[in-house]
Amino acid sequence: MNARAALAVTFFPFHGGVHPQEHKTESSGTPIAAGPIPAKLVVPLHQSIGNMAKALVNVGDHVLKGQMIAAADGTVSAAVHAPTSGRVLSISPQRVPHPSGLLEHCITIESDGEDRWIDRNRFDWRTAESRAIRDYLRDMGVVGLGGAVFPSHLKIGGASDGLDTLVINAAECEPFITCDDLLMRERAVQIVEGIKILQALLQAREVLIGVEDNKPQAVDAMRAAIAGCEFKIDVVVVPTLYPSGGAKQLIKLLTNKEVPSGVRSTDLGVQCFNVATVYTIYRAIEHGEPVISRVVTLTGNVERPGNVDALIGTPIADLLAFAGNKPDSDSYIYGGPMMGFEIPGTDVGLSKAGNCIIAKSSGLFPPKPAEMPCIRCGKCADACPAELQPMDLYWFGKSKNFGKAQERNLFDCIECGACAYVCPSNIQLVDYFRFSKSEIWAAEKSKKAADQARERHEFRQFREEREKREKAERLAAKAAQKHDAAASSADPADAERAAKIKAAMERAAAKKVEAAAAQVAADPLTPLDPDANAVPVAEAVAAPAPEPVAPVSQLDPEKAERIREAMEKRAAEKAALEAMSPEEKAAREAEKKAKIEAAMAAAAAKKAAKAAEAAKAQGDQADGA
Amino acid sequence: MNTSPFFIKPTPLQVVMFKVALALVPAIAVYTYSFGIGVLVQITLATVAALATEAVCLKLRGYPIKPFVTDGSAIVTAWLMALSFPPLAPWWMIVVAAVISIALAKHMYGGLGQNTFNPAMVGFAIMIVSFPAQMSRWAAPFGVLPQSLDWSAQLSWIFTGNLPAGLAFDAVASATPLDTVKTQLMQHASMSHIFQSPLFGTIGGVGTEWITAAYLLGGLYLLWQKLIPWQIPVTFLAVLGGVAGVFHLVDPTHYTSPLFHWFSGAAMLGAFFIVTDPVTGPTTPLGRVIFAALIGLLTYLIRVFGGYPDGIAFAVLIMNLAAPFIDQYTQPAVFGRKGKQKKAGVQS
Repeated sequence: MNARAALAVTFFPFHGGVHPQEHKTESSGTPIAAGPIPAKLVVPLHQSIGNMAKALVNVGDHVLKGQMIAAADGTVSAAVHAPTSGRVLSISPQRVPHPSGLLEHCITIESDGEDRWIDRNRFDWRTAESRAIRDYLRDMGVVGLGGAVFPSHLKIGGASDGLDTLVINAAECEPFITCDDLLMRERAVQIVEGIKILQALLQAREVLIGVEDNKPQAVDAMRAAIAGCEFKIDVVVVPTLYPSGGAKQLIKLLTNKEVPSGVRSTDLGVQCFNVATVYTIYRAIEHGEPVISRVVTLTGNVERPGNVDALIGTPIADLLAFAGNKPDSDSYIYGGPMMGFEIPGTDVGLSKAGNCIIAKSSGLFPPKPAEMPCIRCGKCADACPAELQPMDLYWFGKSKNFGKAQERNLFDCIECGACAYVCPSNIQLVDYFRFSKSEIWAAEKSKKAADQARERHEFRQFREEREKREKAERLAAKAAQKHDAAASSADPADAERAAKIKAAMERAAAKKVEAAAAQVAADPLTPLDPDANAVPVAEAVAAPAPEPVAPVSQLDPEKAERIREAMEKRAAEKAALEAMSPEEKAAREAEKKAKIEAAMAAAAAKKAAKAAEAAKAQGDQADGA
Repeated sequence: MNTSPFFIKPTPLQVVMFKVALALVPAIAVYTYSFGIGVLVQITLATVAALATEAVCLKLRGYPIKPFVTDGSAIVTAWLMALSFPPLAPWWMIVVAAVISIALAKHMYGGLGQNTFNPAMVGFAIMIVSFPAQMSRWAAPFGVLPQSLDWSAQLSWIFTGNLPAGLAFDAVASATPLDTVKTQLMQHASMSHIFQSPLFGTIGGVGTEWITAAYLLGGLYLLWQKLIPWQIPVTFLAVLGGVAGVFHLVDPTHYTSPLFHWFSGAAMLGAFFIVTDPVTGPTTPLGRVIFAALIGLLTYLIRVFGGYPDGIAFAVLIMNLAAPFIDQYTQPAVFGRKGKQKKAGVQS
């Protein structure tokens, strides 16, 4: 069992890496067992990168094994299927295997024990269009089973001129996990059938299957299975060095191409699929079986460690019972010990990402010693496969100097944990990097929100300015008309009226200041202001033509109220005017003239004045009028 | 809740420090054999003083005492400093130096991992600047001079300053080989004449050449244990030897050979144990090369043209200042962002 497979002729080592105790033989000695059909399955709806699938069934519905119970929502999403036949008990938020411990929507199915399938049909992929194949895989819920659950259909049909290399990731570098190893030992022929499909779909000129040298039996099985392939294909045995199973690390190992962060490997002519994913692609296409089960390693502090072909949604407690959980297990790792996480409870259902469940005990995983200060020994940099300087990123993260951390390529970190593994000061480096990343994300999010609020506020100011300017221009135009038409029987305006005007204008100015202040205060808090202020800036800037009268409905309530008041006032004045004597009319004329002059002066000054100074400027002009 | 990775490699800091101390043992043995018990006294005094100072500083700063006192860092500092000291220096000097190095150079900068300067070298440098006479009073190694101090006489001299009746310290004293060469050259003695002195052995000083060889042995152990990056000692020794070689080739009558420079003074101690201090040096691979190279150059310049017989301590302290700057400008390209990708594969 400890024999190593002979290394391949040529490979290209990546920088760093670590070799923790493998702990693989515990679970790799027995064949894959058929998992239990639990009484109840908790199937998470969010089982891929991207959007959560949308439920298609209702509580109480009877579903068949393999029936689609939730459809993909958009392009980046994948369907979810009933893992066995039974009745839908609930569709509700439940605990799921996720490090956050947050609730996510799950469909709970009570199995009827019959395990009755839907009709399954082979998919004729050779004649189908590329789009149809993609839709088919999406609807069969095919996602990356290596842990990332990236929807597989998104990786197919991208490159029109074919692919240089199709990399099959069978490295399985994390300690404890042996599900891919066993899958290859037992189902190599079906995996290779899946590879043939992928090779044809992607028009790959070469297929390289990367396996670590600690899986000699899997290597032999795969070598036997690829015999007779009509394209260039090879099993490349790479040294056992974590994280050789990281997609970028394996691509580097096999092709010597380094995929930079933020770049898709397709751009370099390489595409990488996990070996278990390839197997599900084969089952989906040739047998019409959606992804409703996966091989999962049950190991650690259990009586019968091994691999189980388990239904998706099987509660972890059922799987642990199947493997004979020991009473002193204190918590459970979902995934491997290097990148996995502790599940919030054993009631969570198995998801497609669940390649391994490790029962933890203090004997197997002794508590980590206390953190000591970093002595900058650089062991972490030696171990980092992304070739970062983790001790610097740690320093920046700890001092909350996130900009600097980003500058030093924090987001190239794949969180493999090699740095924390080697740190002689026992510093949980990855936690600092996760913290820095989430702080940066949060800051970017709030910056975006603040930008939006600021833009909205600036637009409002711009629009108010414009409206005032337009109003003043209108008044000025009217005044000019009147000036031409009316006789210039200007009577000296009586002081009483002038004072009244002044007081009215002061009141109006104060009101405006109040309103502006209220708006400023309210603005950042009302991201979805239902009134006209929510008009997108782009739209407004595109149409700045001076519309003579802004529709009242587009103004805010206060302004509308003011306009209404003004109109009522004018109507009353009109009525009064009709009842006036000629002398009074003349006096009235003079008053109007004064008013217009004041308005014109105000408008002229307003043009120059900034929004913040508006109130002051108005007060000054009222004084001068 | 615990987070990944759940596994850690069991090589705690204490083990690292213990191995560094272990690597010094051969040299300490040879040193004691050649120079007497004074060496062990200096080491003991330095260790006790450093640990006591460490404990007091931790207490004052409100840190837990046990994990930090037992991390071994203060012990390594104390040993490196004691090994740089004249073995027969009065007891209080090494104590003062230990207090300075731990309290001033380490804890006032924030303690373990935070110090800008190499604490052992700060302690040594402050003492040699403050007490130049006492710090250059070396006894000759056994067998060079007709008279020498036995172990009890050494103890008496270190702790009380008394010598056996009728014996003056000058009768047993001798300058170090580096110092001898420097002073004699200044008096226009020829190189061959200088090396005829009984103080000199095959390539360095009698005794000291074996001590430096033992440092080399310990250093190779550290390299084998992957506790120090090979770039630092290799670059440092290459530059020191290279510069010495150039001068020696041009004018062998005034400049000693690279071998002499390597096997005299603190060259080997510095190369493997002092320049390699991770806290006070750069962390990038290229930065370490630049750092070590410049220390090698500065060491040579101070040794040959400066005012002190050896230059390691000052060269290291000067370069400690430059370490963050060097790091800043030598950041390596990360995965996938290199200008050109390496093409070499591994054949097996």
